[in-house]
Formats: sequence, structure tokens, C-alpha cells
Amino acid sequence: MSRADEVVNKLKENFHDGIIKVEEFRGEVSVTVDKNKIRDIMLFLRDTDKLLYDMLTDLCGVDYQCNAGDAARFEIVYLLRSSKFNDRLRIKARVREEEDCQLSTVSDIWRAADWLEREVYDMFGIKFNNHPDLRRILLVDEFVGHPLRKDFPTEGYDFAEPFSVQLEEELNG
Amino acid sequence: MAETQYMTINMGPQHPATHGVLRLLLELDGEIIVKAVPHMGYLHRGVEKLSETMTYNQALTLTDRLDYTNGLSNNLAYCLAVEKLLDIEIPKRAQYLRVMFAEFQRIAAHLLWIATHALDIGAMTVFFYAFRERETILGILELATGARLTPSFIRIGGLAKDIPDTFEEPAREFVADFPQRVDEYETLLTDNIIWKKRTRNVGALSREDAVNYGVTGPVLRASGVYYDVRKAYPYSSYDEFDFEIPLGENSDVYDRYLVRLREMRQSNRIIKQVLEKLPEGPVRAKALSVVAPDKEDVQSDIAALIRHFKIMAEGFKVPRGEVYASVESPKGELGFYVISDGTNKPFRMRIRPPSFINLGALPKIIEGQMIADAVAAIGSIDIVLGEIDR
Repeated sequence: MSRADEVVNKLKENFHDGIIKVEEFRGEVSVTVDKNKIRDIMLFLRDTDKLLYDMLTDLCGVDYQCNAGDAARFEIVYLLRSSKFNDRLRIKARVREEEDCQLSTVSDIWRAADWLEREVYDMFGIKFNNHPDLRRILLVDEFVGHPLRKDFPTEGYDFAEPFSVQLEEELNG
Repeated sequence: MAETQYMTINMGPQHPATHGVLRLLLELDGEIIVKAVPHMGYLHRGVEKLSETMTYNQALTLTDRLDYTNGLSNNLAYCLAVEKLLDIEIPKRAQYLRVMFAEFQRIAAHLLWIATHALDIGAMTVFFYAFRERETILGILELATGARLTPSFIRIGGLAKDIPDTFEEPAREFVADFPQRVDEYETLLTDNIIWKKRTRNVGALSREDAVNYGVTGPVLRASGVYYDVRKAYPYSSYDEFDFEIPLGENSDVYDRYLVRLREMRQSNRIIKQVLEKLPEGPVRAKALSVVAPDKEDVQSDIAALIRHFKIMAEGFKVPRGEVYASVESPKGELGFYVISDGTNKPFRMRIRPPSFINLGALPKIIEGQMIADAVAAIGSIDIVLGEIDR
């Protein structure tokens, strides 16, 4: 049994319904999980003896707005790596727009998630509950909209007047 | 009883030691940093968003402009991801040449780093020495790619073209000469008492913290963690070359310096091996629907001309799916997570920027240290804002 199968089996044993889908493409395994159990699953993946995913390589959002039907609009993708087993695993959590676009933070599990979650918040407007400092990170605080959403125009909303930035004093009256 | 008041000062975005437009809000207790809050985004161009409007070939040009000291490695990482989606095999000669370009670029990037880092700390001479060699490398790369900073030379399916005949001589000369040049930098810095006082036991980041913060590259290895994408997940035939991964012990600024210096020597070793055993053959994959035909064919064969036009104008369709591919860039693990929906444009191109994630550990590194050490610490992480802000 390959390492990937082993990991997936372990997850299924412990989380049953929490594991929604397992896919493999070009040798990369992606596991879609229930977003309400994301913290339990991540802690399990980090701390279980034979898993030990101690490194969060990447965390990003994807907007599937064009997906037909009642599928969730957003997906948060976590890419984990185990230093001990030199092994990668991709975990995905679906986030519905109707449910206020939120899920739990993992920034206390891996500190790397701190800024990465801020970036997802900045670009997709997804809120991470209990994040210590959820602010925009690349765009200015006054920026309107979330650019990596598919319905955000590439040229922006202020294409005609790109330099009309309002000063803080003006905003406060 | 006297009340303690902290002073908040603003470092950057225009500050020579922030290497670009990084702004730090520092809360100070005298000269001790109590809290540091980095602000980024001054160079944000929306690369990930832009890529969704471009064909796969066009999006390549965006990658040059991420870490602009390191264009070829960026090209390579992106191409590896798209090639993985397409499932095409790259000819051996192209793989070897890609390794050579990536290693030349690594040396050039590390030279730029050592020059500016030493300048920040006050050692000016190194700057001139390092830039002399960097200039030679850029000249060599220009011979092959035609560009110094933004080559876009590594293409999906191989290389833009083969290296010219004039390439090998200066490359060999450089490789033979370079170890002595590194010795020169070492005589200037390694045992320099001022350098040591400014860098030893400064800006330490423990092994556990480094892993937890997701730090990669020389910063991680200076903390004693053996992780290099070239060894862990070999790509582009890196497993066929003989080289070592230098590790540090004390995880301080000095160790990061030592790790990078040794890395340059290893890179030089790899280039030497490439030049010795470079196989003959094509530099582009046999994938007619993806790889543009040779320029000579375009000018003499109507079918090639049509194919060229089609690939350049319309692009090519990429199978539905998603992959992650990464390379060891000079800054750390540079990854591309590309999702294809089956069209000729990426549905989503996520860049895993090593500088961004390494910089995330900066507050941890400098809090509790002296303000003058912040400059040394920022320099030792080796950030490029083009990549952080994207």
C-alpha cells in the first residue's frame, strides 16, 4: 500500500463523514474535507505519529463561481509537507458564499498560515474565525472588493479614475 | 514611578536596507524592538489575476517579474507545472541546460544578495567584487537568452532555442575562475571581526520555529533543517548531478551567510558537471500542439508557419486538472499551483512565493533585538518585493 493510500485510510477511519472526496491526478493526492472539521483534521495530520505533517507549504483560495449547480463557490487549498516522510498532501475545504464565507483559522497550528490566511481574506473575502490579526495584507485597507474573485474585473472598478484615493482625513470628515 | 513609553517609528518603504518597498512599523523601547509589523503591497501588480486572462505562453512573461533577480528559475517553476499538466517529457539536453541556467541564476542572485547585505552592514568592498562576477554571469546569460533580467527563455516544452557556439567558452572560464572569487569574498568577511560581531548570534530562528513558520531555502537550512527541493523532489534531472546541501548550526545571520556562500560553490560544481556531460539532441519536446516550430522551419515551411501562428495567437488547450510543481529558487521553495479547466488559459495560477513566507518569520526574528540588528536580519532573509507583492 502506498503512503498516500495509508494516509487517506487513516483519515477515513478517524473522520468518516468528514472526508468528502479523494482525488488523484498526476500522482498528487487531494482530499476534500468538511470545513467544520478542518481544525480537528489538521491537528490530527500534524500530531499523529505516522503522519507528522509539520509544515504548511501553501494555503490559497480558489473561486469556482462558474461551477453550475449547488456546489460551494470557494475552495481553500492547504498544501502540507511532512519533513520526516518527505511527503506532500493536499487538503481542500469548500466554503459556501451563502454561509458568510467563513471557516476556522489554522494559524495557531502552523504559524505560516497567519499571513497566507490574510492573503486569502484580502483576495477572496473569506473570513478565518479566531485569526489573531485578520487585515488586508497586499492591498490598501480602503480597497473595495476582492480581486481574485472571478466576478471582479481584471482592470478594476476604478479604471477610469485610477488615482482618486481618498485621504483618511476626508473620510473622517 | 516613571512610566514606560514606547516609541513607534516607521522604517521604509523607502529605506535602502529594506531591499525594495517594504515598510516596517517598529515599536521601540529605547533601542530594543518590542513589536514589528511589516506592511507590504506597494509593488502589487495582481500577477495571479492577470494570468487568468492570458494564454499559458503569455503568462510565462509574468513569472520573470516576480523575483526579478531570478528570472530563469521562475520560468522553470512555471514551465514544470504546465508540463506536468500536459504530461510531456522534456529532452535530456534541455533538462541539463535548464539546470545550468538555474544554477547560474542562483549564483547571480546570491551575489546580489551578498553585495547588498554586506553594504547594509557597512562592508562596501564586497559590493564591488560581487557585482563584478554578477556582471560576468549576466553577460553569459545574455549570450544565450538575449536578456539580462527578464529572459522568458525557458519555455513550455523546453527552451526558446539552443545555446550558441560562443556560449561554452566564457561559461567554462567563469566556472574555472569562480571558486577563487568566492575565496576572495571569504577573506573579506568570514573571519572579519566586525562582520562577525554584527552577524553572530543575531537574528536567530530556532529549528522548530523555522518549520512552523513554513520558512524554506537558505534561511531554513541555516537553522539546520535538511530540506532542498532539488534533493527532496528532484526535477529536471537534478538527481543526476553530484552536489551537497550546506547546513548551518546556529541559525543566526552569520550562518545564513555561510550557507549561501557554500551554496554558490555547489552551484558552480553543478554547472561544471553540466558542461562536462551535456548530451546532444533537441532542446524542445516533440509535442506538436504545444511547442512552437523552429524559426528556420517557420520561414521555409507553410505548415510550420500555420502551426507557429496558431500556438502563439490562440495558445493550446491544457487537460483539466490541477498540479503543484516547485523548484528550489535562491530564496527558497518557489511553487506554482496551476488549475486548468481545459481551456487555453489557466483557471487559477497560485504562486507560492518563498520570500513572502520567509518574511512572515521576520517579526519573530527581530522582536527583542536591537534596531540596528533589524537591518542585518532583513538582509539575511534575502527578500525581493516583486515576489512578495506579486
